[in-house]
Amino acid sequence: MSRILGPDDIRRALARIAHEIVERERTEGLVLVGIADRGDHLALRLAREIATIEGAQIPVGVLDITFYRDDIGMTAEAPEVHETRIPFDITGRTVILVDDVLFTGRTIRAAMDALTDLGRARRIRLAVLVDRGHRELPIRADFVGKNVPTQLGDDVRVLVTEVDGEDGAVVQDGPAGRTIREAPAVAGQEESA
Amino acid sequence: MNEHLLSMHDVTADDVIRILDTAESFREVGTRVIKKVPALRGRTVVNLFYENSTRTRISFELAAKRLSADVINFSSGGSSVSKGESLKDTALTLQAMGADAIVIRHSSSGSPFQLTRWVRGHVLNAGDGTHEHPTQALLDLYTMRERLGRLEGLRVGIVGDVLHSRVARSLSFGLVKMGADVTLVGPATLIPPDAPQWGVQVSYDLDEVLSKLDVCYLLRVQTERQRLEYFPSVREYARLFGLNRSRVRLLPEGSLIMHPGPMNRGVEIDSDVADLPQSVIEDQVTNGIAVRMALLYLLLGGRHGDGGEAGDG
Amino acid sequence: MASPDLLFRGARVIDPRAGRDEVADVHVRDGIVVDVGSGLDGASAEIVEGDGLVLTPGLVDIHTHLREPGFEQKETIETGTRAAAAGGYTAVAPMANTDPVADDASVIAEVRAAAARAGLADVFPVGAITKGLEGEVLAEIGEMAAAGVRVFSDDGRCVPTARTLRNALTYARAFDDVVIAEHCEDASLSRGQQMHEGISSSSLGLAGQPGAAEDAIVYRDIELARLTGGRLHICHVSSARSVELVRRAKADGLRISAEVTPHHLVFIDEDLRTYDTNKKVNPPLRTEADRDALREGLADGTIDAIATDHAPHAVEEKEAEFDRAPPGTIGLETALAVALTDLVAPGLVSLPRALESLSSAPALILGARDHGGPIEVGRPANLVLFDPEERWTAEPPFVSRSRNSAFIGRELRGRVRSTVLHGELTIAEGKATR
Repeated sequence: MSRILGPDDIRRALARIAHEIVERERTEGLVLVGIADRGDHLALRLAREIATIEGAQIPVGVLDITFYRDDIGMTAEAPEVHETRIPFDITGRTVILVDDVLFTGRTIRAAMDALTDLGRARRIRLAVLVDRGHRELPIRADFVGKNVPTQLGDDVRVLVTEVDGEDGAVVQDGPAGRTIREAPAVAGQEESA
Repeated sequence: MNEHLLSMHDVTADDVIRILDTAESFREVGTRVIKKVPALRGRTVVNLFYENSTRTRISFELAAKRLSADVINFSSGGSSVSKGESLKDTALTLQAMGADAIVIRHSSSGSPFQLTRWVRGHVLNAGDGTHEHPTQALLDLYTMRERLGRLEGLRVGIVGDVLHSRVARSLSFGLVKMGADVTLVGPATLIPPDAPQWGVQVSYDLDEVLSKLDVCYLLRVQTERQRLEYFPSVREYARLFGLNRSRVRLLPEGSLIMHPGPMNRGVEIDSDVADLPQSVIEDQVTNGIAVRMALLYLLLGGRHGDGGEAGDG
Repeated sequence: MASPDLLFRGARVIDPRAGRDEVADVHVRDGIVVDVGSGLDGASAEIVEGDGLVLTPGLVDIHTHLREPGFEQKETIETGTRAAAAGGYTAVAPMANTDPVADDASVIAEVRAAAARAGLADVFPVGAITKGLEGEVLAEIGEMAAAGVRVFSDDGRCVPTARTLRNALTYARAFDDVVIAEHCEDASLSRGQQMHEGISSSSLGLAGQPGAAEDAIVYRDIELARLTGGRLHICHVSSARSVELVRRAKADGLRISAEVTPHHLVFIDEDLRTYDTNKKVNPPLRTEADRDALREGLADGTIDAIATDHAPHAVEEKEAEFDRAPPGTIGLETALAVALTDLVAPGLVSLPRALESLSSAPALILGARDHGGPIEVGRPANLVLFDPEERWTAEPPFVSRSRNSAFIGRELRGRVRSTVLHGELTIAEGKATR
């Protein structure tokens, strides 16, 4: 297991992403939606950074994409459901979708479908702390904390103090030659994968 | 979770919590403009109703549709069900049609158990004879937890014809499982003689019990003639066990009045009592959809039998 | 066709009526026992090795439903007696609830004729107590008695009024040793019942029948037997209270006998947990305490006989909603093994007493003089040879036309090797001979 980000790396990455968002998207009509259950904490931190930079209060929502997953019925048990709380209308707004790790892209596909059902956003952007590659869908992040080259079977995990008691990101090597089909535990839609 | 929901004995206390928590998420879906999620796209849910119960059928139908499942209604009127086809043959037909889940309502106790012997899909009991009605119990548990914040230690009186009530059975088993204190109240002829073995108390005096309740749960009184051998008259029943204004005053502040519907206003519940703010009868209906969505999701959202393989995110 | 000259060699011969329990040879020829002893010389006889096996009088069932005439889709006299032979029985008493009801001598004659054609077991038809089993007008008991009927019963129904039963018991006294057999059940207490009333019925949401529904009628009938001096037989006792009532009536010297079924000796109400319609029976399976009292009653002789209440039903009738399925289980093919497995093996009932309750005791009630032993020279050769240790699992298909056995899936110990009916093998080496 190797550590790819420490607490300071995460703080600096989020600060940089916050600056980029403000620069490129402005703050008017901007909302942040974090994907449960790490992305929502990152979204709250980004909102605080933006508040520090611009003095603007950006609304933050949390989105659970479980009902939109494309592997329901394929896992032994029905995937666990988390809370969705988006106490504002996203229609006409710029939505920054926030997640911890971008991998296959399937989570983001599900999140966009979910957002579409919630309203007609003016535009949707994607911010992720770690992009580990191996996309299975034509999806690209607009804001990336760190690009990390990985093997397909590796397990990449972002830790946030709010959930895990510490900040950081780690890579656990997968067995050599392991294909993703044999590795159900690292499903791209497991938000921690 | 068990692969079927036939009885409250099929779920553990942890399962109940998981079901209620999942239902919470579906309550949120019900508040959206688009009240539908794609979770069960491509699945087929059959509502097999041998007894007329529009409200339960609609609740299940809406739950399945909001999960994007395909829904087939097989009701006793106008289908082979009414043409004397046996339950087994009907089950085999539904099986051949690829039903992933069968929601069954039947006047014979145990029919859902028998169905599981003939079909591969999940079976959900939507009320069988005088046996159980577990989805009603779960939506009642949801409503109690939502309104009162807990189930453990809750004092619940279940009042009326417990003997013939599938709701009373499922609710008693569910509440006892969750650590609530249950008292069954009614004419002695309508309380099963062995009910104390369910882990509940029994009383024949409603007035004595009311002041100690967090929830007063009223059962529908059947007034068909064959039921009247159990008590002298509807008038005497209403006088002894009907919830009227003066009895409501005995209930502690903040306690709830519940009823699984449909109500006999003027018999087990006075009309103005049913409309009091502590009466949460309409909440029960709304919560019913969310709880049934949760159950369909939890039963159908996992891998069943040999179908499918591990997710490949 | 089986050989008429057979030498059973070296089996443990248990003859409850003669009080014999020893290894011996039994020589059978021309339908009768011609020699019993050790080291018999078979000469020209066909030898049947009995080492490790038990030879005992052929079993007698005083409570069978053969369904013919009228319900041949469930069972016929031919298929039912075939099942009987497979189970080690040489005599069965089919109940009167056929269509037409066996309430006159012509139906009795028809049943007898069909049984004779099949030739698989001696059949002793039970006559109805009342015409059409309707509980009102006495059937022609005298005429049927003249035709050889010894037991009368409205089985499936209880004679509804004390007055009618009093008349039946009194009227029957005119005919030598005729037995009035009652299905004891208070119809108003058991109305709509699906099982025993108790914690299981209340949890399963099935209408229950309290033990009192049986006990009240057993009490009534015993008092009527006392009043009339009639000979009363209590069918399929199922409750502990009823066992006690029979015990006291016997102590009072009344002419009373009782039977219990294999299923009531094994299962209890809790076994209906999965709504298995094959375990829906009438009287219903009761509590563990009731079952234990039945076992005790059988062991001490309060209950005279094990009777199968073999009740075949078509598959589609049993594969139905619980409250729509008819009550009853088949039992002829499993009764002996169930007794060996659940009563003898755990030491609750001795092997000789178990065999007595399956053969000589019911033969006595039925007046089946050719059956139930003793195994003595000159006696009709109605015998069963079984392996007390062979293990098998009760599973369809059965020899019976029906498959509604409460014992499906149950592992049993003890299996019939040969059944001998009037000196001829109906079953040889575990298989039907014809």
